[in-house]
Amino acid sequence: MALSHLAASASRSSSLLKPLSSALSLRRPISGDNSPLTVETSVPFTSHQCEAPSRSVETNPKELLTFFRDMALMRRMEIAADSLYKAKLIRGFCHLYDGQEAVAVGMEAAITKKDCIITAYRDHCTFVSRGGTLLEVFAELMGRQAGCSKGKGGSMHFYKKDSNFYGGHGIVGAQVPLGCGLAFAQKYSKDETVTFALYGDGAANQGQLFEALNISALWDLPAILVCENNHYGMGTAEWRAAKSPAYYKRGDYVPGLKVRISWFVETMVLLSCNLLVLELCETVDVVVLL
Amino acid sequence: MERDPRVCVMGEDVGHYGGSYKVTKGLATKFGDLRVLDTPIAENSFTGMGIGAAMTGLRPVVEGMNMGFLLLAFNQISNNCGMLHYTSGGQFTIPIVIRGPGGVGRQLGAEHSQRLESYFQSIPGIQMVACSTPYNAKGFMKAAIRSENPVILFEHVLLYNLKERIPDEDYICNLEEAEMVRPGEHVTILTYSRMRYHVMQAAKTLVNKGYDPEVIDIRSLKPFDLYTIGNSVKKTHRVLIVEECMRTGGIGASLIAAITENFNDYLDAPIMCLSSQDVPTPYAGTLEEWTVVQPAQIVAAVEQLCQ
Repeated sequence: MALSHLAASASRSSSLLKPLSSALSLRRPISGDNSPLTVETSVPFTSHQCEAPSRSVETNPKELLTFFRDMALMRRMEIAADSLYKAKLIRGFCHLYDGQEAVAVGMEAAITKKDCIITAYRDHCTFVSRGGTLLEVFAELMGRQAGCSKGKGGSMHFYKKDSNFYGGHGIVGAQVPLGCGLAFAQKYSKDETVTFALYGDGAANQGQLFEALNISALWDLPAILVCENNHYGMGTAEWRAAKSPAYYKRGDYVPGLKVRISWFVETMVLLSCNLLVLELCETVDVVVLL
Repeated sequence: MERDPRVCVMGEDVGHYGGSYKVTKGLATKFGDLRVLDTPIAENSFTGMGIGAAMTGLRPVVEGMNMGFLLLAFNQISNNCGMLHYTSGGQFTIPIVIRGPGGVGRQLGAEHSQRLESYFQSIPGIQMVACSTPYNAKGFMKAAIRSENPVILFEHVLLYNLKERIPDEDYICNLEEAEMVRPGEHVTILTYSRMRYHVMQAAKTLVNKGYDPEVIDIRSLKPFDLYTIGNSVKKTHRVLIVEECMRTGGIGASLIAAITENFNDYLDAPIMCLSSQDVPTPYAGTLEEWTVVQPAQIVAAVEQLCQ
């Protein structure tokens, strides 16, 4: 409903240009309710070498509705991108994030724009959660100058330097060493910020990931490696590609957390586990499985 | 490193060991472990980490213990180092310096005698420079660190022992400029890195035989300094390229194409290119000598060219 309001409004282009949060808060007075609410996650966490966060998460209706709106917007955006791709208005590759929106939104809820995020090519929604506008997304997907990379990058190369979103990488796994490099720079500059380096279950089998993990643990870097497990690496099912699907344990000496996601309430899960993770990050880096 | 706190060094054995060829000797004691980082043997990831750090504004100098090992980091160098500035629409610059010893040494074996400049030359977005003397090594290192572009600095294993008086003060060499080593009239000899010394040795013989070769150390491998090269071609009308790369797909091959495209009208003879043989470098000393261009071959080539 909120979205049909947005779509039908006369000032459509201007609302598309505004960042997500301000456009949404102007429309819905009901979501101003700040009263505290405690939600319990449906599935407990599994942890490796660390303590699992508690299942109860503190939140409020306004926050929950913001999450819902953000995720619904992302879902609609991805489905629209799918239609555009089928109409051959988006060419090349178009990797969609529908179904995984909770990860981006939940992660964003626990951090600030000073913390860095780097991901692979399934980056449309992560870009939006970092403050990107729909106009920039669609313009980039269609190769126009108004796109976030001026149309030169395409679907797999979305970046937003001012909110520390480092992309947007086509080669599977290559972003993980880059992410550890970002964490190194944060440690070097004594920023007290962290880096989330996201990768998929397919990339979890890449050697450079383990190399980067080793170096990060050795140098105590504030890096959090997040494996978004959608059970398929390119076209191959997880059970046919990975001997051990327990990605959260693959860090061995590095603490890991397994988080089950089922869209909505589990965003809360991410919120709470991210807070735990940020605490842990003071001394060591963490691998998280989703 | 003193001048800019953002400069850091990463590589295998660069810190406590002082560097496999002692290039980074003393730096770890002076600047500490966070600025001079000993990495595990994981070229792909530490090159990637260097690039990630450069994206945030740090200026890492990544050392490949031997340039050949950087083949393991080819993906990071090509896709991330070279292309990120473009694919992000200009948002990120990658002020990284990737350096290390390459080239044919003394019986180091095939895998440790690789010439990576020919493999990297096609990567869009990077700059490649080959130093050949202590003077230009210092100048290029400083210029490369200060440059906003990713620069690959090719050093040569056999040139580390050269001694030369160089100025103490701060100076830089222009990363895109070739060096006129010996002005001449009869033929332009283009070379770089270690082959410069073979060429100069051949030049002595040539002068005794009555020839006047103009020797240019091209130094900038990508982009070529076509201004200096062009002026020389217009003067002498004959070109000989002497390089240590393989003949197929080497720097010489690209240089021939560039000169022919731009200065064909000024040439009196087809360009000659002396390169290493297209074979893995043998271990046996005599065989290794035969795969690399020797001064005698250079003399013979000039004589043939000037007929």
